Amino acid sequence: MPKLITASQFADPDAAYVALVEARRNLSDAEAAELDARLVLILANHVGDLDVLREAIALAKQSR
Amino acid sequence: MSNIRKTVYRYDYRRSPDQETGAIVRRPVVVVGAGPVGLAAAIDLALRDVPVVLLDDADRIGEGSRGICWSKRTLEILDRLGVGDGLVAHGVTWKLGKVFCGDELLFSFDLLPEGGHKMPAFINLQQFYLEKALVDRALQLKNLELRWKNKVVALDRLNDGVRLSIETPDGPYRLDADWLIAADGARSTIRGLLGLDFAGVTFEDKFLIADVRMAADFPTERRFWFAPAFHSGQSALMHRQPDDIWRIDLQLGPDADPATEQEAQRVRVRLDKVLAPHAYELEWVSIYTFNCRRLDRFLHDRVIFVGDAAHQVSPFGARGANSGIQDAENLAWKLAAVLKGEGGAGLIESYDVERIQAADENISHSTRSTDFMSPHSSAERRLRDAVLALAPKAEFARRMVNSGRLSLPAVYNSPLSTPDATPFAGAAKLGAPLPDAPLTRGDGSATHLLESLSGGFEIICIKDRQGENGERPRAPDQVALTIIGEDYFDPNGILAQRLDATPGATYLVRPDQHLCARWRTFDSAAVARAHQRALRR
Repeated sequence: MPKLITASQFADPDAAYVALVEARRNLSDAEAAELDARLVLILANHVGDLDVLREAIALAKQSR
Repeated sequence: MSNIRKTVYRYDYRRSPDQETGAIVRRPVVVVGAGPVGLAAAIDLALRDVPVVLLDDADRIGEGSRGICWSKRTLEILDRLGVGDGLVAHGVTWKLGKVFCGDELLFSFDLLPEGGHKMPAFINLQQFYLEKALVDRALQLKNLELRWKNKVVALDRLNDGVRLSIETPDGPYRLDADWLIAADGARSTIRGLLGLDFAGVTFEDKFLIADVRMAADFPTERRFWFAPAFHSGQSALMHRQPDDIWRIDLQLGPDADPATEQEAQRVRVRLDKVLAPHAYELEWVSIYTFNCRRLDRFLHDRVIFVGDAAHQVSPFGARGANSGIQDAENLAWKLAAVLKGEGGAGLIESYDVERIQAADENISHSTRSTDFMSPHSSAERRLRDAVLALAPKAEFARRMVNSGRLSLPAVYNSPLSTPDATPFAGAAKLGAPLPDAPLTRGDGSATHLLESLSGGFEIICIKDRQGENGERPRAPDQVALTIIGEDYFDPNGILAQRLDATPGATYLVRPDQHLCARWRTFDSAAVARAHQRALRR
């Protein structure tokens, strides 16, 4: 039974996307990659469920 | 070549008596610019018994911009102006959109899944047809004077109006106006004459836009592709128009050279890949970039900016001409009320408040769409591509895919609205246009809510089943009264559902069909106060 939620949870998905875009505006590639690594760790801890984290990794890996 | 814009309709310059030497003539309202927005404003004012002079520096239509998508709200406005049915009959009606990534369908959307609306979600119709219909309508109105080849070259501010210097084929003349409506487009002369700053974001990406004539049975849908095989790495958009004309919009990236990209042979190489094996003729080609920007204020003493003269957005989302026509309708009734002494001084100011809210909403949506379609850096592109890669597998990612969010009317957070004292559910929102609904008349014939409205302030009351000995509620002066269950009937309960209408519920509607107050029961004092508030008296 999958535990990962893939249904949209944001009331305004465009605003969430813009927040992520604006976080990397004017950053170099390397700086953006470092930002993303920190974001992954922060959000993974917020989720706090290893099963969910493993499912999320699998989904990310199977998407092109 | 094909980017030479064809003249479609030409009109004769006529000398006006205002040009005779002697005293400078003064008019209550002069509108500059006979595009869709200026025409809509002038017609609306004339229908409200305000004499209008409409000036245009050209004498033809079909050479300006090339809008094609007209939204439901715009069609409702055009219907009130008397041209809606003809345009819908002429246009291509659509409501479905499809978004592809590569050759894979990511999702489709339906812009109007429910019935019971007179107007469709959208029609596609060449802008010159819409302008022609509006010019024909304008020519029927006695108090609307359309002056072609009248070019404003100078503007002086008076204490309570403006003085225009106008050039014509017969030489210059001057004209005074109590109010000037600047509807003269993105390169507004009036804006330049006032020296106003028009700052915002310019996007570097270039787009190829082409109209082709082609017999094809592609579906009547908005189709958008991210990185299709036929246009590597960039986005593409296709729309159907009447007369077997198709609009194709291809992203070219920031480095494309506009001159080279407009060469017919090069355009054909690109379009062949999109359209093969169909044969087609090139009708028109242009290369464009776009801006998202607005004036700080739309109201400058007696000069009021509407449409592209006031604000600009990208074309993805059909927010340009549609929002301009919505500006015109917002302004027309307010200006008419002020000129007749019915509206208070703050009423015109509310145009600035409400339409800046709408412009900011449009600019925000347009900027978000553009950020998605044209990432600013490789880091942003990687995020965008991650959304596209996840989209087939995860709904949350599909909801972030943004090919343009299509125009919906703004919901005004307005000083003209009276806040709800009790909660209301349903689609109707305070500060938004009333949702349409099917109604029947006493004789059983069919109509719709919006087309039944008077065009002025109006109270809609839901008949109370208990009844009050048949006595009709009393509306304030100059407010029309409609009782649902007496004057019109709601046979399927759709109006009741959309307005959350319980017996006795009462709705105050502005002349632009926007809801400005509602109550569970009729109270004549509360209605009168809300009416005064909506007029800023």
